[in-house]
Amino acid sequence: MYGGGYIFDEPNGKQLREEQQHDDPGKLSAFEERIARGEKIEPGDWMPAEYRRQLIRLIEQHAHSEIIGALPEGTWITRAPGFKRKLALIAKVQDEIGHGQLLYNAAETLGKSREAMINDLLSGKSKYSNVFNYPAKTWADVTVIGFLIDAAAIVNQVANAKGSYGPYCRALERICYEESFHLKQGHDAFIELATGTPEQKAMLQDALNRWWQPIMHFFGPPDKTSQHSEKLMQWKVKMASNDEMRNQFLDSYVPKIWELGLTLPDPLLRKNADTGRWEYTDPNWDEFFRVINGGGPCNAERLQVRKWAEEEGRWVRKALMNPAERRSLPVA
Amino acid sequence: MSSNAALTDLIIKMADDELVLGHRNSEWTGLGPVMEEDIAFSSMAQDKIGHAWALYRILHENLGGEDPDRFAFMRPESAFKCAHLVEMPNGGYDFSLIRHFLFDHAETVRYESLQDSSFEPFQLLSKKVKGELKYHTLHANAFIIQLSKASEEGYARMQTALNDTIALAAGIFEPSAAHEEELIAEKVYPGEKALYHRWLDRIYPVLVKASLNLPDMETITPVYGGRQGFHTTHLAPLLKEMGEVFNLDTEASW
Repeated sequence: MYGGGYIFDEPNGKQLREEQQHDDPGKLSAFEERIARGEKIEPGDWMPAEYRRQLIRLIEQHAHSEIIGALPEGTWITRAPGFKRKLALIAKVQDEIGHGQLLYNAAETLGKSREAMINDLLSGKSKYSNVFNYPAKTWADVTVIGFLIDAAAIVNQVANAKGSYGPYCRALERICYEESFHLKQGHDAFIELATGTPEQKAMLQDALNRWWQPIMHFFGPPDKTSQHSEKLMQWKVKMASNDEMRNQFLDSYVPKIWELGLTLPDPLLRKNADTGRWEYTDPNWDEFFRVINGGGPCNAERLQVRKWAEEEGRWVRKALMNPAERRSLPVA
Repeated sequence: MSSNAALTDLIIKMADDELVLGHRNSEWTGLGPVMEEDIAFSSMAQDKIGHAWALYRILHENLGGEDPDRFAFMRPESAFKCAHLVEMPNGGYDFSLIRHFLFDHAETVRYESLQDSSFEPFQLLSKKVKGELKYHTLHANAFIIQLSKASEEGYARMQTALNDTIALAAGIFEPSAAHEEELIAEKVYPGEKALYHRWLDRIYPVLVKASLNLPDMETITPVYGGRQGFHTTHLAPLLKEMGEVFNLDTEASW
């Protein structure tokens, strides 16, 4: 599901930008011409150091978002109401882990190992989507995540799938295909509550009210303040601006929410008939940065759980990696 | 044809084992030791829960049982017939893997025996489930052997987990005095004792390959009670958690 949405910058950018100055100008222009022609860049191809750095950052954060994003929903697998919901939710969370695996593999083609990426996640050096630093308090939260956060991620991922780096695009194609099923199961569970008993509707409305701001934050700060680089657009690393993606999301999903008789906690939210664009109250961006920097309600818990899993599984990974005993069994 | 009571008893204990172990195994989703294994374990947990669902449906459709969701999510603890093995908390991955290995081989010999059952719904279910279990046991065997042989730590963990788990696993084959003879005579299935011996024949060669010692089965006391509704203290909280949302309103559609 979970496209990183907004991609956070790393503090070590400066040092690598110096390397970029040493890129061979001839190779750089040939590279840029290839991208302009719509060609995909493959792992063995020449690429500018900054392109490699930005892609590792993007894909790695996306991968982290998948495995951290599995946690809030994962805790509801054992509580899902009924066989249908239970099986759908395990399958969905399993897919998210699978997406993490695909994405770590894609990032590894750029030269950073999975282990190094996980270490950077655990040390806090590398980020993941901010939206997963909020708690899933009730079953209704699971349906809001499954419907709306997945929907937001799809907007982001469909855009990124048209990017320039071959392995990332191919991983995203498969991911988007699976995400479209996730969206359906999320939407189905969401509708079930929206059309259910008064208590179920109230539970859903409460979840929607709590998740609205994190959802508005999902695509990142407004374009007027965001320092997204034109270079990244030209290189087709970043495919759409934060505001464009947010607008596309609102356009597709707000009507679906309103149709069900639910409200959104923003009195200014409306589509401007003249411009065709959505207008809304700016969410609290100080809160957004506070959460990114570790101050959200679940940042510490998410990393703690991930650290527990890494520690707990260390002996298994070590034993699996022991080459002297590596074996293969026939699959049939 | 066997009596409904005997068939119902057999189906409930099989289904409850699968539901509760599926629940336990799904607790690893997102927390597995390595991503590829996380995915595999989640997939097998889904299969287990799917098998439970299929069995409750057989009960519902053929034997006048309740709706599967209500039956699974609303029954009191004492009405569950699962073995103590599946109730135990996950602990470390060593225990979870050994449990997976011991249980899935037991499940395999059981479903193999059902392919010739006089109860037709068992024959049909067996066909589907056997195909899945082939991969579950392949997975379990590969892991048991690899982890036992790759390092001293792995070996010690596997052997300790096996020693700690074997009596619980033998409890899967708790006899059912009230119904078993009838089910055997009616060729519904071959009975717990026969399955127990087939199970030992399956696990023994794998343990030998892994250089693990099977404890002397003559000296262990199988952990019985689950089939009669006597459970460990771990089951009640598990069931409470499982039904937490469903029981907010059992008449609502979720």
